[in-house]
Amino acid sequence: MKKFVVLTALLLASPAVAQDSAGGVVRVPKPVTGEQVYGAVCQACHMADAKGATGAGTIPPLASNPKLAGAAYPIMVVAGGKGAMPGFSGTLSNAQMAEVVTYVRTHFGNAYAKPVTEADVAKIAKPPPAASH
Amino acid sequence: MDSRSGAPTRRQLLSAIAKVGGTAALYQAMTTLGHAAETQFHGPPNLQGARSGAKVIVLGAGLAGMLAAFELRKAGYEVQVLEFQNRAGGRNWSLRGGDTYTELGGATQKVGFAQGNYLNPGPWRIPHHHRTLLHYCKQFGVALEPFIQFNHSGWVHSSQAFGGKPVRFNAAAADFEGNIAELLAKSVNAKALDDTVTQEDRDRLLEALKGWGMLDKDYKYSASLRASSHRGFERPGGGGVDGAPIPSKDLYSLHDVLDPQVWTSMAFFMGSEMQTTMFQPVGGMDMIGKAFAKQVDGLITYNAKVSKIAQDDKGVVVSWTDTVTGKAADAKADYCVCTIPLGILGQMDLAVTDEMMAAIKAVPYSGQVKIGLEMKRRFWEEDDFIYGGHSFTDQEIGLISYPNNNMFGNGPAVLLGAFARDLGAFRLAGMTPEQRIEVALQQGSVLHPGSYRKEFASGASVAWSRVPWTLGCCARWNEETRKEHYQTLVAMDRRIVLAGEHASYVGCWMEGALLSSIDAITRLHKRALEA
Repeated sequence: MKKFVVLTALLLASPAVAQDSAGGVVRVPKPVTGEQVYGAVCQACHMADAKGATGAGTIPPLASNPKLAGAAYPIMVVAGGKGAMPGFSGTLSNAQMAEVVTYVRTHFGNAYAKPVTEADVAKIAKPPPAASH
Repeated sequence: MDSRSGAPTRRQLLSAIAKVGGTAALYQAMTTLGHAAETQFHGPPNLQGARSGAKVIVLGAGLAGMLAAFELRKAGYEVQVLEFQNRAGGRNWSLRGGDTYTELGGATQKVGFAQGNYLNPGPWRIPHHHRTLLHYCKQFGVALEPFIQFNHSGWVHSSQAFGGKPVRFNAAAADFEGNIAELLAKSVNAKALDDTVTQEDRDRLLEALKGWGMLDKDYKYSASLRASSHRGFERPGGGGVDGAPIPSKDLYSLHDVLDPQVWTSMAFFMGSEMQTTMFQPVGGMDMIGKAFAKQVDGLITYNAKVSKIAQDDKGVVVSWTDTVTGKAADAKADYCVCTIPLGILGQMDLAVTDEMMAAIKAVPYSGQVKIGLEMKRRFWEEDDFIYGGHSFTDQEIGLISYPNNNMFGNGPAVLLGAFARDLGAFRLAGMTPEQRIEVALQQGSVLHPGSYRKEFASGASVAWSRVPWTLGCCARWNEETRKEHYQTLVAMDRRIVLAGEHASYVGCWMEGALLSSIDAITRLHKRALEA
């Protein structure tokens, strides 16, 4: 199990949201490094090897993906979402998004060495929209 | 109903109002006549008179698709349903002993539950006002039983309050309400509210606070038989010599009960979707899907992976591949009801307007994780006196929910060991099924330290972000996307109309899927008759 910083993120379940959910609050360890963010979030869909998967639809691979050559595209997708993938603005900090985009662009067969900074993310990420049901 | 009697029955009256004024008038009349306005269901669509030979292709054999097929065939359409999976029901699904489930990424679980035990990975509880679903359950002969939604004896666990120990819901809630009542009474008595509340209402408020908050004659919330009647006793009343009850002494502090885990656990039950009474099908949630499937027997083609939906002036052509034989085919129809989840639909070759394509691609999906744990005995009943309902925790698993059937039974039972959401769900989904079970055992042990690991027999998990046929659990709209895309998404795109929970305002619920389906096929039928 990876080591996380002891800081926690607090998520409140709003009773105004109609979605079926567990209720109460959830406090999860806050992932900090790119590797930690990848393991705690991205891996849920893109898989531990970043190769994605295909069923009725496809979760695209991040491994050896030429679309990651420019930093703007992955920042845009991580912050704003794409198709079924939710955007992470508001859920992850700009620093966390910068770390994970840097990590993915320098691992899994990708070698785009230039680190993505928090400022790069801030330029692209919009604040999250209000939730609704 | 006796239609020969003189005065019109309520139903006849409502039916007449609907014919003259349409459903809006009916809705208003029903509200006036005393029906609670909790649903938009006003009875089955009762479509009739389809043009001879008219054909509809339905994509997806979940509840929305099967209801569309059932009602459209009844209206006289020729109906064909294409389904990606080898079973009907969609997210209405139960996993039982002997089942295997392979998630995206290839991990395969063989479910080891004892006979009769199950996990409902998707829907698991039905609000009493989801009348469309209840209507069809009754019509299709699905037996329902109570789902114990609210259990005052469940645990509330916060890592940051009560020393990290689980406390009983009734004790935490009682002390929250008692403390708040005392504070408010103090404000009233300190004349802090004199400017805003009349003398008469101040007196009434004090009475209310004393009664509701279990305060004593001095408006204090203190250890007393009265407080214990809400939060629980140190020794409850009994018979004979030691019959006198002893009140519980150590009330929880204001600081502890202000932990958000307490009030959010209380507020959870306020939302209309979460209010009792709730129901579940006897024998597993998929009893509903199976009952629907029986009604559309012979119409469904399984293992059909759709890749393209074309349409022109003459009709719709759906290109699909048989995932078992690899054979490709085209299915033709006059109209198409498409219930494919948006994340998958958006990856297909679709002959729809740019606006519709943008709408389909604009809605992300949530990725809840559920974990079923089979325990060798019902220790939550036998040791903790918890019969159904939930315990809440701020750990990633979110809750433990206890089985609502076979209470007091001796055999093994399956509890819901996680209903994770958001970041908790991402983390669990990213693990292997074995790792998820380990985390569920570790976190569940905080609530049931003595027995959780000891009694564990086997487990199964479903991470919805890795479900091959949905790529997520439910469509997640926000105010912006509703405004920009919702009306486009639900509008007929020439010969194609979408249906499913994603095309409703009752998202993530079976009721939303059914209401959406009824609305979609009603408009489709009207369009078909006008063409």
